[in-house]
Amino acid sequence: MSTGFRQTDERSLSDILIRHETEIASAWISEQASLISHRPDLLTETELRQQSRALLSEITSAARMDPSLNLANSAWKATRDLLSEISRSRALAGFSPAETASFVFSLRGALMDRLQTVYEEDARSLAAAMRSCSTFVDQLGLVTTSTVLKTREELIKKQQEEMLELSTPVVRLFDGVLCLPLIGTLDSARTQVVMESLLQKIVETGSTIAIIDITGVPTVDTLVAQHLLKTVSAARLMGAECIVSGIRPQIAQTIVHLGVELHNVATKATLADALALAMQKRGLTIQRVNKQA
Amino acid sequence: MTKADTLPIHTEEDIVRVRQMTRSLAQQSGLNLVDQTKIVTAASELARNTLVYGGGGHVILERLQDAGRAGLRLTFEDQGPGIADIELALRDGYTSGKGLGLGLSGAKRLSNEFHIDSRVGEGTTVSIIKWKS
Repeated sequence: MSTGFRQTDERSLSDILIRHETEIASAWISEQASLISHRPDLLTETELRQQSRALLSEITSAARMDPSLNLANSAWKATRDLLSEISRSRALAGFSPAETASFVFSLRGALMDRLQTVYEEDARSLAAAMRSCSTFVDQLGLVTTSTVLKTREELIKKQQEEMLELSTPVVRLFDGVLCLPLIGTLDSARTQVVMESLLQKIVETGSTIAIIDITGVPTVDTLVAQHLLKTVSAARLMGAECIVSGIRPQIAQTIVHLGVELHNVATKATLADALALAMQKRGLTIQRVNKQA
Repeated sequence: MTKADTLPIHTEEDIVRVRQMTRSLAQQSGLNLVDQTKIVTAASELARNTLVYGGGGHVILERLQDAGRAGLRLTFEDQGPGIADIELALRDGYTSGKGLGLGLSGAKRLSNEFHIDSRVGEGTTVSIIKWKS
């Protein structure tokens, strides 16, 4: 197949797009409404019409500038941007990736019906136009899919960052006694946040005792141990004493086998034990009030 | 009969995934809570070594059934710089990096069987087994 021949074919698809924009648009909209991925709960009929018409109008104006229908060309920037924006808003609205992708893939059906009407008996030209149509819709599909993926990645990253802040609250248990309940994986980034917020809080509250509770930490390996030891040393430099609590039996045995030395650190099995020790160190006792007296 | 899974180790998140997979396989193999914790901790140490010192690699996780014994074998492989002196690397407190120097020796103590094979310039393979007690 010569290049000239190919170009003619593609030009025909772009011509059809431009000449039959209105018909294609209504065929596409009814095609979408009939799909199982049609979600009137997430997107109203009016919005669907607006989005489809807007995208198709961008496509036809780009097709006028670039009849080869190559989405990588600069003529298609506005189309790519609009499609990305629509895909992004759908992903955020709660459409599944498949539902979002079927938005552009349903254009294929509408286009192919139109090609069939235009070419009728000319099987050879029809086949060539179908091929261009397929390639074109695939390119649109790729834009949609990569946008959906990017949106998800952004969402995951945002959630990770939120979790980083959420999971490191420093709470005041008593006058001069702070508690840092650790939950989940202690990687380097999180430990940094944890350490800083603890040290900051020690300054703010003038506390002398900080309890680090690791009940919610599933694995204590040498890196976690090292982070704990560093936090304890830093707190000590600021005049606060640390108690590590929540050391479960299996964690205790594992720490021993690892060979990690924690003998400069006060440790307790439970948070309750640690609080009792903290009270004792502060010279405080808890007394039951005798109601009869 | 063995069933093997392979996980890549190229980021910190991969280490978390290795720990989770190890924990779930250890539970399926019927290891008790202490042994589960030990093998998960050993896996964490070795996965971090693979990432930090080996420049990344992968781990093969296999559930073992051997003469009525159930167990779990983890094989960590990397194509990193290798370890010149394995005896030194296994010494408590020795580290070529910034760690506590207890990871490799600790992993050895935490498992029932431990094999290390390393060639300078070619890479390192560390294999551990934890049997159901």
